[in-house]
Amino acid sequence: MLPEIGQFTLILALFFASSLSILPLVGYWKKSLILTATARPLTLIVACLVFISFLTLSASFLLDDFSVLYVSQNSNSQLPIYYKFSALWGGHEGSLLLWALVLSAWSSAVALRLKQLPQEIGAIVLAVLGAVSTGFLAFLIFTSSPFVRLLPDSPIDGGDLNPVLQDFGLIVHPPILYMGYVGFSVAFAFAIAALITGQMNSAWARWARPWTAVSWAFLTLGITLGSWWAYYELGWGGWWFWDPVENASFMPWLAGTALLHSLAVTEKRGVFKSWTVLLAIFTFSLSLLGAFLVRSGVLTSVHSFAADPTRGMFILALLVIFVGGSLLLYALRATQVRSSIAFGITGREAWLLLNNILLTVLTLTVLLGTLYPLLFDALGLGKISVGAPYFNSVFTPIALLLIVFMGIGPLSKWKNTSWNALWRPCLLALVLSALLSSALVYFNSFSLMAWVSLSVAFWVLFLSLLDWLNKISLGREGLLVRACKLPRNYYAMILAHVGVVVSLVGVLLVSVNSHEVMVRLSPSESSLVAGYEFRFDSMEEVKGPNYVSERGQFTVFKDEKQVAELYPEKRFFTTRQQVMTEAALDAGFTRDLYVSLGEKLEDSSWGVRIYVKSFVRWIWLGGLFMVAGGLLAALDKRYRRRVEVA
Amino acid sequence: MKKLVRFLPFIIFISLGVIFYSQLGKNSQELPSALVGKKVPDFKLVSLVENTLQTNSDLPKEAYLINFWGTWCPACHLEHPFLNQLALQGVTILGIDYKDDAEQARQWLSEKGNPYIDVLMDETGVFGLDMGVTGAPETFIIDSNGIVVHRHQGPLNAQNWSTIKGFLK
Amino acid sequence: MSHLYKCLAFSCLFLITLFAVNSMAEELLTFRSELNQTRYQSLVEELRCPKCQNQNLADSNSSIAIDLRKQVYLMIESGKSDQEIVDYMVARYGEFVLYRPSYSSATYLLWYGPFAFLVLGLMAFIMVLVTNKKKVRTSL
Repeated sequence: MLPEIGQFTLILALFFASSLSILPLVGYWKKSLILTATARPLTLIVACLVFISFLTLSASFLLDDFSVLYVSQNSNSQLPIYYKFSALWGGHEGSLLLWALVLSAWSSAVALRLKQLPQEIGAIVLAVLGAVSTGFLAFLIFTSSPFVRLLPDSPIDGGDLNPVLQDFGLIVHPPILYMGYVGFSVAFAFAIAALITGQMNSAWARWARPWTAVSWAFLTLGITLGSWWAYYELGWGGWWFWDPVENASFMPWLAGTALLHSLAVTEKRGVFKSWTVLLAIFTFSLSLLGAFLVRSGVLTSVHSFAADPTRGMFILALLVIFVGGSLLLYALRATQVRSSIAFGITGREAWLLLNNILLTVLTLTVLLGTLYPLLFDALGLGKISVGAPYFNSVFTPIALLLIVFMGIGPLSKWKNTSWNALWRPCLLALVLSALLSSALVYFNSFSLMAWVSLSVAFWVLFLSLLDWLNKISLGREGLLVRACKLPRNYYAMILAHVGVVVSLVGVLLVSVNSHEVMVRLSPSESSLVAGYEFRFDSMEEVKGPNYVSERGQFTVFKDEKQVAELYPEKRFFTTRQQVMTEAALDAGFTRDLYVSLGEKLEDSSWGVRIYVKSFVRWIWLGGLFMVAGGLLAALDKRYRRRVEVA
Repeated sequence: MKKLVRFLPFIIFISLGVIFYSQLGKNSQELPSALVGKKVPDFKLVSLVENTLQTNSDLPKEAYLINFWGTWCPACHLEHPFLNQLALQGVTILGIDYKDDAEQARQWLSEKGNPYIDVLMDETGVFGLDMGVTGAPETFIIDSNGIVVHRHQGPLNAQNWSTIKGFLK
Repeated sequence: MSHLYKCLAFSCLFLITLFAVNSMAEELLTFRSELNQTRYQSLVEELRCPKCQNQNLADSNSSIAIDLRKQVYLMIESGKSDQEIVDYMVARYGEFVLYRPSYSSATYLLWYGPFAFLVLGLMAFIMVLVTNKKKVRTSL
């Protein structure tokens, strides 16, 4: 019964969502207040229906209803209860339902804060979100229903969740990542509303800003979690693989970062209006493109869902309707009026423009690298691969350039900055960072690239510090009072920028100062890696809820003192007959110790991979800083005010 | 002019859409062999049947198939009956016993029948490497000039044979 | 081991000293020199496993990846240059196995595209500033 209710509510939701995407627009057209007023209740109804549908599917999972095809493919009665719940989004259909749920959650959040907006704008925003919901609900119902039954021959037990996904990472990573991806549809909806109403003033930028900041924070957190998950779960200690699916989440992040900055200019100064609109469309399009790449099977990836051309076709159609439609609307409606506001070469507008240009170049670079194999194949040139070596050599220099300017930008003021205010701190920071990084490189014998990256990191830190000191040294109150009086937005920016630097340092140090060995070890033998002695004590059999495991015990010593005990495993999942390597790691602020079991060799010895990775945690720590920055920016008081004039 | 620039994102996107459309439904896993258009690489392998050393000069002169298999490979079990059928239809198949044990291979052939004109032993997988093999079963189609024209990964069966047959001339 | 800076592992000879590990246990692969070990490491990271979802030779545990790793090892130890090893792989498995696509007229767009974007972007930047400057003057 439950799955039928789920399917039924989903169909109802589709019906209401399609009305939502039409009625308010008709209302706007005909100037009918009654019709525009339907937007809010309809949004909330759709959200409730999708939520009920989601609950029924969760119930089917928790109740082990293997008569539901999707449950039987992705769950098993032996599966621990928390994985039964998260298995819901372990496959294509369920993850799409999660997508729809997140979308309706964002839409209702907008609907509940509608009072901030002029009625017609609010109605159009909700209608656009309703149209996106309609697309995804139709996709769910027509090609990927998770409620299909296996009757009367329903299996006694399920085929189990893919062992790779039986992890804490699956519980948190997809929902948060989707919150980010889908959140950008709010900024998109605002942009479309601005295009439809022709009101491309700075007001839409102010409304869109906090939503964009929150989505950006979620996406940052989602990517950070994903990277951390891949690091400990996949068993070879990498944290970013430039895999198409990773790129699919990274591109909206880059574009979203650009959008955050350009919204700031448009809001404060009323310039770059049509560019900001285009960027909002671009960011949302890249989220959709990601969904297409992951779910259509056109690219080969470690993470992609089972390929299905019908689904690919459907989502391509969605892509064409939403992206093509909005780009066409943009081409036709974007205002031709040049903004009359002028700014100087050193004004903050110019720095933010540079930021946007560089971020766009980076986005296009990732896009080019990700799609190139596809273009190559489509033109009949054969198959090629574009992987980490390409991105490392092309992306890195441009990214470093961006970070260099990221240090200077905050020093500038709107309209114009005096050269004196710029060159003095820059010179000081340049000298300090060059000296400090040279010293570090000299004592640790790092490479040239490490020197450059470290200098850039110090450069940003010193400039941020100098700027902060400069800001709090003005005025009459005490330093502390002045430090507290600086706007939240300022601290949000500092946090996020410092986050970038922390990640950069992590990325740099883990690449130049990581140690890796593959050794053959028998019990009681040990291996010395980077000053750490890894002793292989013993091997034992352990039984898990749905697997049996061979678990090794390693004791790690440094200078004769024990620092960690590690238990890497080889798990054999009985239902899927699949072996999983479960690496063991000891996390530390300055280093991670990482042991992963390879193949069992003759007698009782094992091939073992041992890594000592410097500062790898910093990569994700920096991510958390950025998340905090994004959330703090969204909390700025200015956004709570209601809009008096439409 | 200015107006046209605004259409640029739309135009670029639509061309991308066309490319996506053309790639839909293609198997992104399928990897064409790098040997297509080239001769079979040099080899010196021992025949499983006659225990003699065979080289390129011993290859069939007509169009034929080179089939990599092994007794360790589950999909080869599925494929074998179809190969027997092809042999009956007069298709020339050269077998390469890939990374396998000669004794087990002989037993396999005596139990399941031998569709091959000859079976060469590639115990170390060196010839497999030279042919760019990534697993078993894998089948190469060689035309009457001795040129590799196609490679098929995975078991041959009645369905895929109808397209593969076209290469065999 | 896929780092943003991995590409530099090669040029960075200092790195070798970091790999100097006096292991008490037997290493699975022993190299004639530390340079060979570094070369091996970066080659297996830059070559794609031809039968995997999307993994390099270093990260994959599939049997073909193990075979190819062994082949790389043997070729390095028998004194083959990196280019010879790469050519060997490409001759058998095609350009597909290179995560760093080779330069050719068909990949110019890939390799120079980002820098072309950069130049175009900077030109746009300058154009906006110049037109804006005119506006500043006229508005005065």
